[in-house]
This record gives sequence, C-alpha cells and structure tokens, in this order.
Amino acid sequence: MEQVINLDHLSANPILPEVQEAMIQAMKNNYGNPSSQHKLGDSAARALENARESVARLINAKDLKEIVFTSGGTESVNHAIKGVAFARVEKGRHIVTSNIEHNAVLRSLRRLKLMDYQVTSVPVDKYGIIGADKVAEAIKPETILVTVMHSNNEIGTIEPIKEIAALCREKKVPFHTDAVDSVGVVPMDVQDLGLDLLSLSSNTFYGPAGVGALYSKKGTSIWPLLDGGVQENNKRAGAENLIGIIGLGKAAELAVREMESRKRHYLELKKTLLRELPNYIDEYIINGHPELCLPNLLSVSIKYVEGESLVLMLDDENIALSTRSACAAGALQASHVLISIGRDFADAQGTLVISFGLDNKKEDITRFLSVLREAVKTLRDISPLYPRGK
Amino acid sequence: MYSEVVMDHFRKPRNVGVIENPDGKGEVGNPICGDMMTIYLKIADERIDDIKFQTFGCGAAIAVSSMLTEMAKGKSIEEAKKITNSDVAAALEGLPKNKLHCSNLGADALHAAIKDYESKQSGIKTKEPKRREIHEHKDGEKCYCPYCDAELPEGTTYCKACQLNTVEDHH
Repeated sequence: MEQVINLDHLSANPILPEVQEAMIQAMKNNYGNPSSQHKLGDSAARALENARESVARLINAKDLKEIVFTSGGTESVNHAIKGVAFARVEKGRHIVTSNIEHNAVLRSLRRLKLMDYQVTSVPVDKYGIIGADKVAEAIKPETILVTVMHSNNEIGTIEPIKEIAALCREKKVPFHTDAVDSVGVVPMDVQDLGLDLLSLSSNTFYGPAGVGALYSKKGTSIWPLLDGGVQENNKRAGAENLIGIIGLGKAAELAVREMESRKRHYLELKKTLLRELPNYIDEYIINGHPELCLPNLLSVSIKYVEGESLVLMLDDENIALSTRSACAAGALQASHVLISIGRDFADAQGTLVISFGLDNKKEDITRFLSVLREAVKTLRDISPLYPRGK
Repeated sequence: MYSEVVMDHFRKPRNVGVIENPDGKGEVGNPICGDMMTIYLKIADERIDDIKFQTFGCGAAIAVSSMLTEMAKGKSIEEAKKITNSDVAAALEGLPKNKLHCSNLGADALHAAIKDYESKQSGIKTKEPKRREIHEHKDGEKCYCPYCDAELPEGTTYCKACQLNTVEDHH
C-alpha cells in the first residue's frame, strides 16, 4: 500500500506497537480460558483481571466488577440501553436521549420502540450542546433511562455530562453516556461525573477494534444482552476475547500515561489547520463548539461542493478523510447531526470530518491543505451552485 | 464501489463549463436530493454542436454528466431525445443501485435543455424554466427529507419537520 496520510482516525486507528506486542505475547503464551480451573485458566484469568484494572483506572471506576468487557462500543451501547430497558420495564417504558446520538443509540432506541417503549429526544443548540435543563424537562415519572453522548462523533462537541448526570440522580433515573469517542482521548472520571453507565471502545485509543467495555456502576439494574455462561460477573456470557482484551488493557495503560502529551499533539495539529485553512479555501463553516470539543476532531462544511467527490479526489492523492455527505452514506441520508445544528442540506453535503492521530505530522496538514485547495477549486468550477463572477 | 469508466469520467470530466447565451439550458435536481445538474446546448442545423455541464454532486453525478455530454455531442435533436438515463448508466458500466435515482439525472437535464431550445424556436415566449417544472417525479416518485422521510415541497433547502420534532417522529 502506498503511503497514505490518514486524517480519518475516527474510522480506524492503528494499533500501537506496545499493544501489538502485548497481544502477540498473549497469543503465544496465554491462550487459556479464564473460566477454567487449572493453571492455563488461572494465567488467563490473571491477564483478564489485569486488563480490567487498567480500564478501571482509565475511567476511575471504584470497583473492578463495574467493568464488563464487550465486543466494542456498539455492543456496550446496546447492552446499556436494552439491558436497562428490559430490567426496569415494570417501572416504565420511557427513555430520554438527544437529537445527535450515534446510530448505535438511535437504532437501539428504534428497536425498543417496536416493543412499545417511548422515546423523547432533546434538541441541541447551534454548537450541538444538549441543554441539561431540557433533559430534565423531558424526564417523566415513567422514565427509566437517560442516554446522552459524552462527545459527538461528527462535530466533536463535548456535552455537559456532569450537569445532566446530577439532574438524573436527583430524579433517580439511571444515566448512560456513550463515551466511545472520548474515553482515552480526554480525561474521564465516572465517579466525579456521577455516571451509572458508560460505553467505551478500545480502538479510540489505539487498541484493537472489536473490543470495548461497559462501565456499570454497582447496583445498577441491568440485564445481560447475551445469555449463556457466567462470565463477566454474570453480565456478559461467552468466553472472553482475551487477546483483544489484553490489547485493550495495554492501550488503556498507555492512554493514561500519555493523555496529556497526546492532547497537546492533537491540539497543535488542529490549531495549525484552523489557522492555515483561510489561506487555502474560503466560504466554509467550522462545526461544533469552539472550545468544548474533542482535541482530535475537526468538522468543516465547505460550501458549493459535495463531500463524496472531495473524498474521492483526496483519495487519489493518498489522503484519507471522512465526509458526512449523504451521497457517501449507503442510505443516502443527510447527517442528522448537521441538520440538528442548523446546517442546510447543501452545506451538510460538503462536510468533511478530519480526525487526527499520533502518526500525523504538521507537514501532513500542509500537504492536505494544498490538495484540498485544488480539489475544492476543481469542484467549484464544475458546481452550478458556486456564485458566478467569482 | 465505482467502475473504472465512472472513475475516469469523474477524474477527467469532459465538457465542463457554461455556454454563454445557450440555445437551450436544462436544470434538474436540487441540493436536497443531493445533486444538481445544468446542461447548456449550442444547436446548429438541428444538431448538438456544443454541450457543456455544471454539476454539484457525488462522483456518480459528475461522471453521469460527463458521459451524457459525450453521448449527446454531435447527435441530432431527435437522436438526443432518445438518450435515456439507463443508457448513460449502461455506458458507465453500471452505477451503484442507490445512486440510480438521485445521481443519474443526465438525460433528464439534456431533455430539459432540448425542451427549452424548442420552446424558444417555436417563438412562444417562456420564462426561464424553473426547476420544479423540470424535476419530474416519475411513477409517483417524490422528494423526501433524507433524514426524517417527510415529503418536501420543491424549492425548500431545509426540512422544518426535522427541526421541530423529536426522535419519536423521526423513526
């Protein structure tokens, strides 16, 4: 494969060498089943608990039993939402969420609606901020769960989770946050935030894809999603994906140690890009909150062009990027997030999501910008929307 | 995802641009549907002497416009009228299924431009054709909000239903 500048780390992160090494060692030496009552099992069980400890430390969970390993962010979210909905059905069937959630949340809720659950979705402001007061207003006596994302995967806005969690606690409603794009990127403290449930994914912080965890505070009423054996403290049946979990544990350890330096690296790239962008293109909108946002993500709507065309052109120049254009999505649907923050359909079409990683250098930004300038110029020359005489 | 022919036309689109004082002009699509195409014609001896396009849209939409102009150039008006959207898709060696409705509008734009030319010729004074007159919905097709599926009036750039309603109404 040719050398590609990856500005699409949200889609996939590379696995860090130290994580790879830990996984390779585990593959060679630690293939046991943690549930077995012999030495192979003991060794596997120790490795499993070590990883659990690393994850608990990453999010400051009080008790190791509060960490349930899953197959990734999507499973964690499904487990949190459906698990609580099933466990608490006798108390009610109403769930509160926001307008800008990830599909894992939206579609879990849509599934529940087929089972006569009701959902209230709270709108966001132009930055994508969810008002805690609006969440509180939406809570009814029969509300059994509130689920609001920690940070948005398209625009990077970080939500007032502590405030929302406090209001939920006041009303005695369990609160879940989808923190898949936050954990390992920004500091996370489930106790300080006052969370009942949190979903995280390993690949966000350079662990393997297909592994994640659900934090479920002690005493939270929740059903398993998968039934079978008694693994994971009876919360998730099935022999553990030990190799993946060891990778997750190692990645969590590194994320704790390197969080500050990574953040500085991301912000440096983001600032460079924001500063240089007006020297390369005009007529664009930066989406999301200017300060309350992920350091590694930048969403920009470029006027008069369509995102899929841009992505194809950048790909020809070996630059990997993501778009939120409907035309690039299988379903041809405009991004509900961009529509919710007030972008019109045409601007939503020209939206790029740039996500930085540890492998990016400042030169990547310069190269990206010069390629982007040419691509935007070419597409605007073709575009009937581009005002004449320019 | 796209055929080599599509990528070739996307990378090197033919006949891009505007013809000043065109003999015929056709516009289809709107940004809600995702794609917009404008076709400009220069007619000589009842033949398409020159044709140019402008397109806002995905890779498929640009390739469709480019291929359409190549297919139409030099053809007589009557021949050009027979070009269909399916012909264009076939010449491109196929398009992804989900692109067939929204991006494959090239022939529609061409026919609209021819219609514009003919009405000018007939001396009947017509206004600049409006998109809603040309963006036809065949077989009961309509424009829907890509997010909430609400039916959209032509010309809107924003789905009001989405903003006001909740996820209960969305899904």
